[in-house]
Amino acid sequence: MNPPEVEPPSAPPLLVRAARRSLLARYGEKVFEWIIRLCGISAIIFVLGIFAFVFKEALPILYNDDFSLTQFLFSDKWYPTSELNKRYGVLAMIAGTASVTVLAMVLAVPFGLGAAIFLSEFCKPKTRETLKIVIELLAAIPSVVWGFIGLTVMSKLIVTYTGAPVGVNILNGGVILALMSVPIIVSIGEDALKAVPDSYREAAIAMGVTRWQLVYRVLLPAAKNGLLAAVLLGVGRGVGETMAVLMATGHAVHIPGSILDSVRTLTANIAAELGEAPAGSDHYRVLFLTGVLLFTITFVVNLLADAFVRGIRKK
Amino acid sequence: MTAPASNFTETARGRRKRRQEVIAKWIFGSMAAAMIVPLLLIVGYLIVRAAPSLKLEFLLDIPRKGMTAGGIWPAFIGTIYLVFLSLAFSAPVGILAAVYLNEYAKDNWFNRLINLAVINLAGVPSIVHALFGLGAFVYAARFGYSIISASLTLAIMTLPVIIASTRESLASVPRSFREACWNVGATRWQTIRAVVLPNSISGILTGVILQVSRAAGETAPVMFTGAVFFKAVQRGDLLPYALTDQCMALSMHLYTLSTQVPGVQESIPYATAVVLLGSVLLVNTAAITLRAYLRSRKKW
Repeated sequence: MNPPEVEPPSAPPLLVRAARRSLLARYGEKVFEWIIRLCGISAIIFVLGIFAFVFKEALPILYNDDFSLTQFLFSDKWYPTSELNKRYGVLAMIAGTASVTVLAMVLAVPFGLGAAIFLSEFCKPKTRETLKIVIELLAAIPSVVWGFIGLTVMSKLIVTYTGAPVGVNILNGGVILALMSVPIIVSIGEDALKAVPDSYREAAIAMGVTRWQLVYRVLLPAAKNGLLAAVLLGVGRGVGETMAVLMATGHAVHIPGSILDSVRTLTANIAAELGEAPAGSDHYRVLFLTGVLLFTITFVVNLLADAFVRGIRKK
Repeated sequence: MTAPASNFTETARGRRKRRQEVIAKWIFGSMAAAMIVPLLLIVGYLIVRAAPSLKLEFLLDIPRKGMTAGGIWPAFIGTIYLVFLSLAFSAPVGILAAVYLNEYAKDNWFNRLINLAVINLAGVPSIVHALFGLGAFVYAARFGYSIISASLTLAIMTLPVIIASTRESLASVPRSFREACWNVGATRWQTIRAVVLPNSISGILTGVILQVSRAAGETAPVMFTGAVFFKAVQRGDLLPYALTDQCMALSMHLYTLSTQVPGVQESIPYATAVVLLGSVLLVNTAAITLRAYLRSRKKW
């Protein structure tokens, strides 16, 4: 082997200069490294800070005698501005969030995973690059624009084709959310499929399987954890999405009976009422408590997704 | 008994196999198409409906007649304010956080905790960020409803975007580069400054640009921390707001126009949507193009 070519040193050796570095430079560097460490832990500070501040604003309501946590979680009576009979039950909103998210996942998961399989197994590198760029752009569309699309385009289509009295309902919100979460599912799903070693594919092909069998019998089982993580991240996005569902699901606070009913989600409820709730009032605090609930749900979903992703890496 | 099929003639099984393969490809391909085609149709529809308003005048004019006519200038410039101010907070913190995670952090429980925090920060719903901004910046820090509260909220929200992309580009600098630098006696920070950062600047820049587009599109976090329905400014005024003012934002303007203002001229909300969508996609395309260009120039 040829020895690598070495450039003759043109400057005095660095060691000499290092010894001559001024005190300021040396201590400056120390200070800077501490700043870097501080920025490094900023993410923890912010996550704790978010929880602390949202929880702090919600806390006084928990000590209020008129308020019970079981009623908050399991009652569908939401009369925050009533004079005599104030009720703060978010069950209807939980049902709204659940119905819209489930519908979105039913639509988005097959298409998202199908597209991920197409990207990683079936298409040429050039097509793949183009499609990935399109998916990246799809993911960049602001949620308020999706909401606007739901409010205008989608609601007209729904009224025309289903004969529903209003076009803003679970179906509308579900379709919009599905379109929004597909890019996440595709990109994480594709990563998961990519992580399956090529030797698996080669072994299967050597045994004469079709590519169809390869996908069903080899790749899907092998990439199962990553695909689950992709779906979970989609769910997280669905639960946390605010503007799009605020505009596309209508504003009815009740437990939905059909897919064409209007609902209100937890996120939309906060967004719709926070502006009207005077700071420090019970109503305001209950909205913050809803925030704590949302934070907890997405936190658990994200932790689970991360655990699955970590599972792949370990392999 | 029939003679065994030669390797060069197709057996019935082989034909079936090939057919299945084509079918599978078409099924998965159409699934991929099913998510892209509606997008193109929708964008096309938006542009067609917006066409009567899409003039430069629309961008530069202020909303008139109770927001039912006129343009979007205050909202547009407000969004630029929010984006750049939030960038001023989140870019340095995010980049340094990524430097810490990639260059300093060892693989121990504490740093795994930081990773988890970054992931969770990215997953916190935007409305919860809004609640946090309201509680922390508007009330606790006494910034009031202002551009500064709104952009701090946006900054925290977009921090994970910048951390993730910066980290990725730092990780793509080969370890041998760092080792070479250490071996000539440079300290860790000197290595980062002279070798790692210059070699990953392209990826960092891409991340910053993507952060711009993310921040521009967010609505919920600014809606309760500093953005207002309407604010009177001069037509085409480049510096209409002070940092402690409230401002209009393009994303919130679209929400207001389409849900709260009756009797808006048909094409105006569509045109607002097209301007917002157009700017976001333009910024993203710029980032993608830059990334592709710099990747093609990479020498290792």
